[in-house]
Amino acid sequence: MARYLLTRAWQSAVTLLLSTIVVFVGVRALPGDPALALAGEDRSPEALEAIRRHYGLDQPLPVQFAQYVERMAQGDFGVSIRTGTPVSSMLTTALPVTVELSVLAILIASALGVGAGVLAAVRRGRPAEWLANGLALIGLSVPHFWLGLLAILYLSVATGLFPASGFVPILEDPVDNLHHIVLPAVILGTGLAAIIMRQTRSAMLDSLSSDYVRTAKAKGLRPRAVITRHALRNSLIVVVTVVGLQLGGLISGAVVTEQIFGLPGFGKMTIDAVFQRDYPVIQAVVLLTAAAYIVINLFVDLLYSVIDPRIRVTGDPA
Amino acid sequence: MTTAGAPVLEIRDLSVSFPTETGTVSAVDGVSLDLAPGEIVGMVGESGCGKSVTAMSIAGLLPGSARVTGSVRLDGTQLIGAREAALRRVRGREIAYIFQEPMTSLNPVLTVGRQIGEVLQVHERMSRRASRARAVELLTLVGIPSAAQRVDTYPHQLSGGMRQRVMIAMAVACGPKVLVADEPTTALDVTVQAGILQVLRNLRDQLGTSVLIITHDLGVIADIADRVVVMYAGRVAERAPVDDLFAHPRHRYTAGLLSASPQPGRHAGTDRLTEIPGLVPVLASQPDACTFADRCPAADERCRTAAPPLAGVGGTDHVAACWHPCETAPQEANR
Repeated sequence: MARYLLTRAWQSAVTLLLSTIVVFVGVRALPGDPALALAGEDRSPEALEAIRRHYGLDQPLPVQFAQYVERMAQGDFGVSIRTGTPVSSMLTTALPVTVELSVLAILIASALGVGAGVLAAVRRGRPAEWLANGLALIGLSVPHFWLGLLAILYLSVATGLFPASGFVPILEDPVDNLHHIVLPAVILGTGLAAIIMRQTRSAMLDSLSSDYVRTAKAKGLRPRAVITRHALRNSLIVVVTVVGLQLGGLISGAVVTEQIFGLPGFGKMTIDAVFQRDYPVIQAVVLLTAAAYIVINLFVDLLYSVIDPRIRVTGDPA
Repeated sequence: MTTAGAPVLEIRDLSVSFPTETGTVSAVDGVSLDLAPGEIVGMVGESGCGKSVTAMSIAGLLPGSARVTGSVRLDGTQLIGAREAALRRVRGREIAYIFQEPMTSLNPVLTVGRQIGEVLQVHERMSRRASRARAVELLTLVGIPSAAQRVDTYPHQLSGGMRQRVMIAMAVACGPKVLVADEPTTALDVTVQAGILQVLRNLRDQLGTSVLIITHDLGVIADIADRVVVMYAGRVAERAPVDDLFAHPRHRYTAGLLSASPQPGRHAGTDRLTEIPGLVPVLASQPDACTFADRCPAADERCRTAAPPLAGVGGTDHVAACWHPCETAPQEANR
């Protein structure tokens, strides 16, 4: 186990370094000059030169990269070119919003998806299955930015049930915080819920027709025990895999959702930074996303061995 | 060793059919069978002859689409048409099952102790701790060494034979009156198979459990059964005490089965095993004719126009559904 974690940590470090290089080069390959964006009205060569010198943009790329990595190793993500605030302090305000939004979306999607998937499998060929399949099709095919706009139109503007935009930190007012975040989280979770539902349904159909479910029935267990303890427990591995694979999509979905609902999260910060060519912010955001992805994948892999005893993280043959 | 007294399981005129896209398929037709306390009855036949369907229908384990008629009485209580809740109390407690493939029949994500304990928790209202302790005793009973450690292992950590012993431990946890073993040894090595059959025999001797063992392996039947039921195309072809059946098969199908299995000395040299020509028919409805007629060397017009009833053919409790039962030395006659 310790050895496995060590190997994974080493692999993660390499991945992270590679993504650093890609991001660093990629950002600078974008057309556009941050000095131009910053200079505003005064576009005299002297002013631009001064700005470049101030932010170290006049140095050769390898030097810039070395300086960047060195600072980052010390936990210094640099200063936003646009606002002049340290990137780390921007992250501490934006990150909790996105984390809360994503976690809530995953929870909602898992609850809806697994619930509907089990129902559809158990009530196969009956109205409950048609309803679940139909909803999943809608959840998959309707883009969630449009769904978000509809939700704002009908649930916020027309009826005032939910605020249309804005955010209240959870430490300030937990109830108001939930009130603001629940609608975006539901919208963000719809696509994931649909995918989870379909995977759960097919995995459940497989396990419901398996020999061990027949054994469980022959033991005289109640249907609820047969479905949850035997069939669902075996289907979860598929569900966890799907959730893990979809997290990348969730992060990019969060960017769009935050923009629609005006949430001051990671996504909004990224979009603003890209439009302004705010190199330090883009780098920090992308790097953090990569790091989150790596950590989540590790977590999912470790979760496998909890769900399925046949999978052992040591890789030793059982 | 047919024990005197009322049968613990009484199957009368059991018929099962399944609706399919191409029409109804009749799987079992008018099967009757008694199981005395402590008796081991073997049910033998080719794939698709309805033996597994018969077994599953006893405790109502067939899918909801199956149409089941007739009567199955356990100690006088009717099970066909019984409410699901009543059947659940019977399953695992009074009638227990062992299935063919112990790897897939055990849940891969639960420890064997947990899976055995589950039965006790449901039927005997045992606590988790008590059921685990009992599981260790049961594992010891079915001959699993160092049961106290094995109780916490997962099925994939055990060999095929050990897994099947776990299945048996699970089945006998509540001391059932009837144990239905559907091809319990088919997926196992021959040496392991002998061990499993010994466990079943011991359980019968120690607990007095009646066993219905379903197999296509005549060797298993000869080894363990007191009586044999030969099934063909959903019907009982012949029923007899085991020695009588092997010595004097009266139904032509039984005779064919026996000569199709190797026996020491008989087929030595260049002799080929005799096969029965043709295939087991899949029947849309049960015809008023002998279903074996098309493959039978002795079939005539009568066999094709009237179904032969199960009738006594000499010996004690030896019946066969055949218009032209084999007379003497049938194995020789059949060759």
